[in-house]
Amino acid sequence: MARSDVQLMLDVKAGDEVSFELLLHRYRTPLVHFLYRMVRDQAAAEDLAQEVFLRVYRAREQYEPSAKFTTWMFRIATNLALNAKRDGRYRQLEVTIDAPGETDERQAPSIEVADSRPGIESELIARDRSAAIRRAIEALPGKQRAAVLLHKYEEMGYDEIAQVLQCSESALKSLLFRAYETLRVQLAPLVASGRGPAAQPKPGEVRTS
Amino acid sequence: MNCSKMEQSLIAYLDGRATVSERREVETHLAECAACRVRAEQFRSLFGVMDEWQVPPISPSFDAAVRARVAQLPARGSFWEWLMPSPRAAFALTAVVLLSVWLSSVRPTRAPEAAVAQVQSSGETDFKMIEDLPAIENYDVISNFDALSDLPAAPAAPSQDHPSL
Repeated sequence: MARSDVQLMLDVKAGDEVSFELLLHRYRTPLVHFLYRMVRDQAAAEDLAQEVFLRVYRAREQYEPSAKFTTWMFRIATNLALNAKRDGRYRQLEVTIDAPGETDERQAPSIEVADSRPGIESELIARDRSAAIRRAIEALPGKQRAAVLLHKYEEMGYDEIAQVLQCSESALKSLLFRAYETLRVQLAPLVASGRGPAAQPKPGEVRTS
Repeated sequence: MNCSKMEQSLIAYLDGRATVSERREVETHLAECAACRVRAEQFRSLFGVMDEWQVPPISPSFDAAVRARVAQLPARGSFWEWLMPSPRAAFALTAVVLLSVWLSSVRPTRAPEAAVAQVQSSGETDFKMIEDLPAIENYDVISNFDALSDLPAAPAAPSQDHPSL
């Protein structure tokens, strides 16, 4: 049977390097994905995730299994991501990534292409929708954004998210409700038109609905 | 339940994590409130839409980068880690260091007397050692140099003072 996270971390504390490798293997994907959605840049997300693992390793001597390992790890990750955004450390990278999304939103190129190449058309719509979702989540206040990402994409329980964000469960539920309410309004055209590009009406109708 | 109470339980109801009593309360409210029914339906749709946001794969060099950063951790940490499991050893080492610092600060007050005694006892042997050094092997020639005795009285004065030292 696989060892629990706490047991692995206690083994790391006792000097077992292999256990650290197992933790790295177990959590690198959810951690990088979460950080990517937080900072919206792959290189920055990987850099921050490396920093999280480094901090976990450095703190191994002081580790006490009082909280879940993932709670502790995601708390480090959330704080690092929020600080990085606040410092504007990855601002340059975000601007270059935002730029193509802004032009896509105007739809003109996609309609032009759609007349002759339907495959590319649906791909462009999907990319456009994805960019809209990214921007709406990006516009949320930091704590709301982290709460939504941990709830929706990491499928974390309310009690654990509350511990990561160091607030009460009741405060977290209100926070999530307000965040989803904002997203519902911001993404109204997508929400009203249903799920996925396959269910979409013809291009051009997405923005007019 | 009223609309404002939905803030605490609607999301949990939609993601399937609400308790049985919570679920019942939400369903009762949704049955009688059209606005909340629409909101609940749109939240469901929103969750589906959010699934469209895909993330890029992790670069293959990620693990190696973590290992490299861990390997770069300063060695100083390992010394303290080695010391920390034994607080007695840490205390003993600190005590030895403090004691040696204290002793070295106390010693100089007694040093001058000891130094004078040492100089007096070893003065003669030092003189012999200097006399034997190869660089001044012609010591007798230099000390009996005629030119020096021809000099006026002034330079000779220190040599007269010398025996009184």
